[in-house]
Amino acid sequence: MSASTHGHHAVLKHHFDNLEQQHSAERLGMWFFLVTEVLFFSGMFVAYTVYRHWFPAEFQFASSHLILWIAGVNTALLITSSLTITLAIRSAQLGQRAALIRWLLLTFALGAGFMGFKALEYATDVHEKLVPGRMFQEEYASAVAELAPVDPAAAGTFQFKGGQQHWAQDLARRNNHLVPGSDGYVSPERVQIFLCFYWIMTGIHGIHIIAGLGCILWLVQQAYAGKIPKENYSTVEVVSLYWHLVDMIWLFLMPLLYLAGAGLHASGH
Amino acid sequence: MSIVVADTPRTAPPPPEPVAPARNYLNETSGFWSWLLTVDHKRIGILYLVSITLFFVVGGIAAGLVRTNLLTPNGAILTEDQYNKAFTAHGVVMLFLFLIPSIPAVFGNFLVPIMIGAKDLAFPKLNLASWYVFMIGAAFMVWGLLSGGIDTGWTLYPPYSSRYSHASVTPGVFGVFITGFSSIMTGLNIMVTVHKMRAPGMTWGRLPLFIWAMYATSFIQLLGTPVVAITLVLLMVERVAGVGIFDPAIGGDPVLYQHLFWFYSHPAVYIMIVPGMGVVSEVLTCFSRKNIFGYKAVAWSSVGIAVVGFLVWAHHMFVAGISYYSALLFSFLTMLVAVPSAIKVFNWVATLYRGSITFQAPMMYTLAFLVLFTVGGVTGLFLATMGTDIHLHDTYFVVAHFHFVMVGGMVLAYLAGIHFWWPKMTGRMYSDFWSRTSATVIFVGFFLTFVPQFILGYHGMPRRYPNYPEEFQVYNVLSTAGASILGVGYLMPAVYLTLSLFFGPKAQANPWSATGLEWQVPSPPTVFNFEYLPVTVCGPYEYAIGVDQLGRGLPEPPGSGDDNPAAKVGPTLLPGPLPKETEVVG
Repeated sequence: MSASTHGHHAVLKHHFDNLEQQHSAERLGMWFFLVTEVLFFSGMFVAYTVYRHWFPAEFQFASSHLILWIAGVNTALLITSSLTITLAIRSAQLGQRAALIRWLLLTFALGAGFMGFKALEYATDVHEKLVPGRMFQEEYASAVAELAPVDPAAAGTFQFKGGQQHWAQDLARRNNHLVPGSDGYVSPERVQIFLCFYWIMTGIHGIHIIAGLGCILWLVQQAYAGKIPKENYSTVEVVSLYWHLVDMIWLFLMPLLYLAGAGLHASGH
Repeated sequence: MSIVVADTPRTAPPPPEPVAPARNYLNETSGFWSWLLTVDHKRIGILYLVSITLFFVVGGIAAGLVRTNLLTPNGAILTEDQYNKAFTAHGVVMLFLFLIPSIPAVFGNFLVPIMIGAKDLAFPKLNLASWYVFMIGAAFMVWGLLSGGIDTGWTLYPPYSSRYSHASVTPGVFGVFITGFSSIMTGLNIMVTVHKMRAPGMTWGRLPLFIWAMYATSFIQLLGTPVVAITLVLLMVERVAGVGIFDPAIGGDPVLYQHLFWFYSHPAVYIMIVPGMGVVSEVLTCFSRKNIFGYKAVAWSSVGIAVVGFLVWAHHMFVAGISYYSALLFSFLTMLVAVPSAIKVFNWVATLYRGSITFQAPMMYTLAFLVLFTVGGVTGLFLATMGTDIHLHDTYFVVAHFHFVMVGGMVLAYLAGIHFWWPKMTGRMYSDFWSRTSATVIFVGFFLTFVPQFILGYHGMPRRYPNYPEEFQVYNVLSTAGASILGVGYLMPAVYLTLSLFFGPKAQANPWSATGLEWQVPSPPTVFNFEYLPVTVCGPYEYAIGVDQLGRGLPEPPGSGDDNPAAKVGPTLLPGPLPKETEVVG
């Protein structure tokens, strides 16, 4: 039941008294939605905190094998995109349609760039078999089997088949001749817990980015069709609120997942 | 602000009965798609009403299977496996597809805009989307139930649900996950509407208590539902991928699932009961012709329940191996949450005191609510106390307590609401005799069903077991007999309410002589609810001086011509001097 069928005003919906009421309702609705988003992620943050407290060594180890440079580039992309979408609001307020579309498309490009790097990262992880479950177990078991006959003194310099130097080889070296549960032993099971967090958290965040990209494209289409006049700039603002939140959640995910193993990165990638 | 009304005439004259407009929200447009694509909050409320009634029948049939099977000590009709699936189906359908959407989605949608003087909810399309999301989630759950069933119990605890169950858990969990979004959408819509769309003069202190209750409920929906959503995602990942964070095989902790699950699912019982409390406040004042006793206390206790309700979840886990000290803390907090509920009950009883009570069907259901909810609430304290909970945990005592609150409380409040607002929603009156009879039958059937379960539980019969020692049989047979009476009680409204649609006399705009804004528009309302901008001038329950929220007089209350002497001394008959303490709140 859009306003165009109802009459007097192009933007005002029939059940609101005035534009101010409509806009403040839209904004408040989005803020409430953001609260639910925060709580949606909070379940994972709580669980992450618990397990990191229990298994610090495993979390540190696993974290050091994630690809830090991609996370860094992605952080830069997302922060920049928050700037560009804010500039889009300004253009909408001023009624500059061309600038609005330009800023929106730039935001879209930055977000799409994030997802592109994310895809590259996922592909590398899968290639290295850094995926909890059977993939992880088989890869680790084969590294352990390769290392088993080697003399413990020579294990540090042992060259694995095909020159592989990924997490599995690193983990096998660390645990070589250690009894599970003893000092310095990094439990492969618990490394998988970290990896569960890594995949689920970044995956759900990625889905949010894709949803945000969809909304931005929709805004571009609306702006192009001339449906975002000056007085209706709050549509852009509402989408930007969501985009900022998704950006902000990344700012929490990034240190929790990628920087938890900062001290070990030198030996990793 | 309070005005002491002294020697002024007691009431304004009641407004003339508005001419029933030819077009209302029911007949403005017609056809299949006019309903399925509607963005009218009233029609969406009706869509929900029809859907959840259907699910109530499904859940009721599952309950019937469970009770029938318990007739004999070794299971009368089902295998153990079927029994597990039957009680899980009962729990999942009743909780997620009936209780959680019941009052918020039906009456919340239908009434919140009218009660606060708005044309619609803030986001009408989102509102329609919430119904579709609900139905899609329900379809997944029904798929899960039909394609092998779910045998985990409605709590879906891993590692059984993630690793060992061979039933079709995944579609069921996915369905619960999806319906959660519908709940969030409804809650968000209602919160924004209450904040932004109130008519002039409708201050927070003049909001009907139903609105306060809906606001508190929406607050819980908004804060709780996303947490269970992510928990269910984690559970689904674990079941599908075979590895996950609750998996004990890799160092995961299943008790963490319980924490996250109950962080939502305990507040969820307040999502179910608080709207019922809102309905009770409306009906109780109307049929005792009195202002609510302690408006602020009742309003803020809703908010209090919503807040404290988030701090009590671990009382479900006293025997799950949590630390002694945290159990102690949660035990204390659980008793604390009983306080706002008790505040409400005391205020309701004080409202009844010296009221001019009449016993129409909504009031009969409400009085039944008061009794049953109080029993349910007090037995909850036995479970909040750690010492007794260890004895009673996971026994039929818990089942009986829960059903006293949820069925005796919530379902009766829901039925009270249906009977109260049915004339408004449909424009028709139902049979007075049959509605009173059904309230009585349900009350009796309910007591007979669940009181024996308290005894069973106290003597140690665990919940969810298909068989039991022979000495428990008499109580189980009694309980099943009660359930049959309860079933008949539920069938009666289904019949006479349906008949009223076709043969019932036309309802007046204000058949109960109530004060809320929803009664100042025709029955059924027109599409945009108000033909004028309603300006609220006083509080929601000015029965003592007999004015509605627009400051106009009330029509003659129903039953005032009967043998009720209090009603004869009606406000319009005796315009004499008034007691000095009568107050206008506002």
